Amino acid sequence: MNAPLIGARIERKEDYRFLTGAGQYTDDVTLPGQTHAVFVRSPHAHATLKSIDKSKALKAPGVLAVFTGEDLKVGGLPCGWLITDVNGQPMKEPVHPSLAQGKVRHVGDQVAVVIAETLDQAQDAAGLVEVDYGVLPSVTSTDKARAKGAPQLHEIAPDNTCYVWAIGDKAACDAAFSKAAHVTKLDLVNNRLIPNAIEPRAANGMYSRADDSYTLYVASQNPHVERLLMTAFVLGLPEHKVRVVAPDVGGGFGSKIYLYAEDVVVTWASKQINRPVKWTCERSESFVSDAHGRDHVTTVELAMDKDGKFLGMRVKTTANVGAYLSTFASCVPTILYATLLAGQYTTPVIHCEVTAVFTNTVPVDAYRGAGRPEATYVVERVVEQAAREMKLDPAEIRRRNFIKTFPYQTPVALMYDTGDYEATLSAAIKMADVAGFPARRKASEAKGKLRGLGYAAYIEACGIAPSNIAGALGARAGLFEAGEVRMHPTGSCTVFTGSHSHGQGHETTFAQVVADRLGLPIESVDIVHGDTSKILFGMGTYGSRSIAVGGTAIYKALDKIIAKGKKIAAHLMEAAETDIEYDRGVFKVAGTDKQKTIGEVSFAAYVPHNYPLDKLEPGLNENAFYDPTNFTFPAGSYVCEVEIDPDTGVTKIEKFTAVDDFGNIINPMIVEGQVHGGLTQGIGQALLEGCKYDPESGQLITGSYMDYTMPRADDVPNYQVDTRVTACTHNPLGVKGCGEAGAIGAPAALMNAITDALQVYGINDLPMPASPQTVWKTIQNAKQKKAA
Amino acid sequence: MSIKVSMTVNGKPVSAQVEERTLLVTLIREELRLTGTHVGCDTAQCGACTVHMNGKAVKSCSMVAMQAEGANIVTIEGIAAADGTLHPMQAAFKENHGLQCGFCTPGMVMNAIDLAKGNPNLTETEIREGLEGNLCRCTGYHNIVKSIAAGAKAMAK
Amino acid sequence: MHAFSYHKPSTLGDALSLVAKQSEGKILAGGQSLVQAMKLRLASPTDLIDLSGIKDLAGIKVEGSSVTIGAMTRHADVENNADVKKMIPALARLAGGIGDRQVRHMGTIGGSVANSDPAACYPAAVLGLGATIVTNKRKIAADDFFKGLFETALETGELITAVTFPTVKRAGYIKFKNPASRFALVGVFVAETSGGVRVAVTGAASCVFRATAIEKALTAKFDPDAVPADTIKADTLNADLHGSAEYRAHLITVMAKRAVTQAVGK
Repeated sequence: MNAPLIGARIERKEDYRFLTGAGQYTDDVTLPGQTHAVFVRSPHAHATLKSIDKSKALKAPGVLAVFTGEDLKVGGLPCGWLITDVNGQPMKEPVHPSLAQGKVRHVGDQVAVVIAETLDQAQDAAGLVEVDYGVLPSVTSTDKARAKGAPQLHEIAPDNTCYVWAIGDKAACDAAFSKAAHVTKLDLVNNRLIPNAIEPRAANGMYSRADDSYTLYVASQNPHVERLLMTAFVLGLPEHKVRVVAPDVGGGFGSKIYLYAEDVVVTWASKQINRPVKWTCERSESFVSDAHGRDHVTTVELAMDKDGKFLGMRVKTTANVGAYLSTFASCVPTILYATLLAGQYTTPVIHCEVTAVFTNTVPVDAYRGAGRPEATYVVERVVEQAAREMKLDPAEIRRRNFIKTFPYQTPVALMYDTGDYEATLSAAIKMADVAGFPARRKASEAKGKLRGLGYAAYIEACGIAPSNIAGALGARAGLFEAGEVRMHPTGSCTVFTGSHSHGQGHETTFAQVVADRLGLPIESVDIVHGDTSKILFGMGTYGSRSIAVGGTAIYKALDKIIAKGKKIAAHLMEAAETDIEYDRGVFKVAGTDKQKTIGEVSFAAYVPHNYPLDKLEPGLNENAFYDPTNFTFPAGSYVCEVEIDPDTGVTKIEKFTAVDDFGNIINPMIVEGQVHGGLTQGIGQALLEGCKYDPESGQLITGSYMDYTMPRADDVPNYQVDTRVTACTHNPLGVKGCGEAGAIGAPAALMNAITDALQVYGINDLPMPASPQTVWKTIQNAKQKKAA
Repeated sequence: MSIKVSMTVNGKPVSAQVEERTLLVTLIREELRLTGTHVGCDTAQCGACTVHMNGKAVKSCSMVAMQAEGANIVTIEGIAAADGTLHPMQAAFKENHGLQCGFCTPGMVMNAIDLAKGNPNLTETEIREGLEGNLCRCTGYHNIVKSIAAGAKAMAK
Repeated sequence: MHAFSYHKPSTLGDALSLVAKQSEGKILAGGQSLVQAMKLRLASPTDLIDLSGIKDLAGIKVEGSSVTIGAMTRHADVENNADVKKMIPALARLAGGIGDRQVRHMGTIGGSVANSDPAACYPAAVLGLGATIVTNKRKIAADDFFKGLFETALETGELITAVTFPTVKRAGYIKFKNPASRFALVGVFVAETSGGVRVAVTGAASCVFRATAIEKALTAKFDPDAVPADTIKADTLNADLHGSAEYRAHLITVMAKRAVTQAVGK
């Protein structure tokens, strides 16, 4: 038997191949007869397609085909979640074509595809496709989409409105506000982000005439979902004739969940030309074709009694979904957002209304955190502001309102199973040395700098999701996960999971779970993911669901392995099955020293010479599907400390402390890495990143790394991270998930710190990203206002 | 339109007949099939394509292959020992969890090795500034910085 | 990238005759700007004339109190050159702050100066130090060299072979980086020379320029507090997402002060 592996800092099994250049990403796959595709994209935000002349391109060297929307008449890209509006009507679902049909609706909308022998040839020829556009006025900004006279994107969606949706008891909420001693109100913008996984999206489709089947290599977070959506909704192909492989994937952060037009086009085109067709996104292209994230405009009001106890919260949000509905676009600003508005607090009544609008921008969908960062931003910014207005310490106002008894039913549908918010908050305060802050602030002031400290106490709903609940809320798919454990005759083990790892380290974490339970060395367990031909089914990786749902599916399969192993062991040791005890790889006859290892049992199962063949099938291979009974609720407290140079507006993060409760932890090293990465994306949102469109032309201004500020190593600090544990009550591993936390909690903590530093100017809000120019300008405006 | 280019790659002489517009990274990935060198952007910011040219870290996406004519090129595939033992910098990335999805990793390691050469005691500031030309979206850089500090020490041993 | 023909002459003479023949050709120095522009199809030369095969074009020479840097000398070689570090430390520091490490291993001073990118660092040193641009035809004073956005005094068939920098009493360079591109949003080079103070500003306008009002004040008193505020009219400056003209004008003052602080070693 080996030392326990759960909770151990085990170096990652996948690292050797990545460190030696042996990873195999989609663009690394080159198939026999490979051809290359380049998309012709709209340079306009909104235009009719008057004509497309592909004759010159077709004559260019090496060109095999040029296809347009005229050629590709298939189903639209589907949206996987139906939201029902306040009037009981379904949301508006305009057709989302893979190649434009008569009209383009955002810069980057795909108009045609050119396929050639080489990439250079395809690029050369793409420049020869002549498109005559009838340019139309466009609207890109969230708060202008419903303005009178705004350009209309879709006939079926008047006023560019996809839906108006609401949650909570409005009358009860209004009543609470009428009794309030104080109301704090904020107008907040959650800035649009561009995900920017460092591996650009890629797809390589191959058709085989021999058996009329397709193989698609694609940078995807969920190959089975990709296959399901593409076959059932778009191409109308039989699912068993399509294999989707998501090999090594270089980061996703949500942006690789969706079924994209390019995936459909290369798959379809590979049959038309009977050659494999590869497309790899260029970075400047990914800026205008990867689904973007966030983009909310919100007004929030918080009603309190005289002691700062929350009485009610009213929220009104407009969410920009872009030009078309991406795969999960509709549920992000509703189900994944408004249900989290209770935060960690006992606010008894909450009402939230969300209006989703179409604009001439790239579709918006889930990006790391998806809805929950937006909710946390609303709650934690207004709570911090309330503390200022009530002259309460920001930690104290939180403590006065913390939920302390569990399970807790929020007024916005969720039932928190467990948590200890005081534990994470007090740990964070200690670790951040909040007590020493006044002295540090003085030291900064002596240098002419401003220092601020801000909190965020976030909660998220992860472990997505109980299928029946999701279904009742509009999900058009199940959200279980599948796992399979295959013992080999000689005692090693291969595990198949429907989760997908694109940086999270499943090959290690999942192997720890399995090796620990089977008493095997971790080297004897390999995890296989990302191939629909190998894995029975899967819903993929998003919503911090992998260990909680995917891990549990594997755990359930292990239950079956052990149950069958007991039967085999009982036979081998001539004992009653009920007398067999199992502990980490060893089957024992209770009260004796007789035992068999999992290896011996496995060998007997595959070489069934001495085996109860009359009662038991040979072999030791089990699978399980797991559908969770509730969401999991990771939560934590973040403390951010900044120093601002008022002469330049530069904000430096002096300290960032994060104390999270992810439930039980399998590999603390990997969990810390997830937190570091999430924090950096959250800091990116608050300080650096912001997608900007030109309001007149609808052009994307931040269309490359020359203009879109990606966090670099010298933009971020060394982090202080720690965890506290309350085990999840409804999965056997007691785990909650950790992938999104950092991105959820960080923006509010950072903006609270910045506005704390700027209190000397009376500044309570400024837009994200708080770039040097924005901070400087905000200070100048405040100074002028004061002078006037 | 086509031209012969010759250089040493990972210790072996190679030559190829390529279009003159072929980038060094394209030669490495497509002609030589060394796919460990990655392309993450088209404006020379991400650094995933970093290789060593005559011992110095350069971005192979920012030069045409002909600019490396006659040069000694080392890619990520040429860093570990012949028996597969990881280079101390590679080992430090593994020990310190300095990578997640692995896509930026080859470029990070190649730049880190060059940065650490003769600098066993790199400070955190030097490392962070030295990474200006490499983007990572997964790790938040925290463990990359730790890895490089450890790797630099290990390289000096 | 569009197709082109590649040439690698081994002498300056060969290079010049190629340049004369290929009217739509471009000189390839380090390629750190040009190759990017070609990849994005913003530049589509018919021919690339690579100067890296011409031996005499790279290297750093000290002659009396001046330093001459060959056009094909890489930024990293200037950054790490012992003579430059000793004689004009601000220049070594500036070179060490251009782009990133990988770019500095390839990029050249000749390429940077000839390109006259409005956000490049080298033009600030060239103008701030009052350097001389040496070409195959003549010597051009820095004050006469930078003409506008990507525009210089170089004539057709004229190539930079070196840049000669005089040593000065004290100098400093501070760059406020564009947070995204890391090019200079505003960079200010100050140099106290025997003939007075020179102040060159990059990143802020269509091309590097001298801030004469600041020069005058600093010539009277070379002290950070002597830098006057609001001497540059915002309406002459660039504006983009990361810096309005007003913000840039303000930053010129702040960066000038900090450059002086660096120069006086406070």
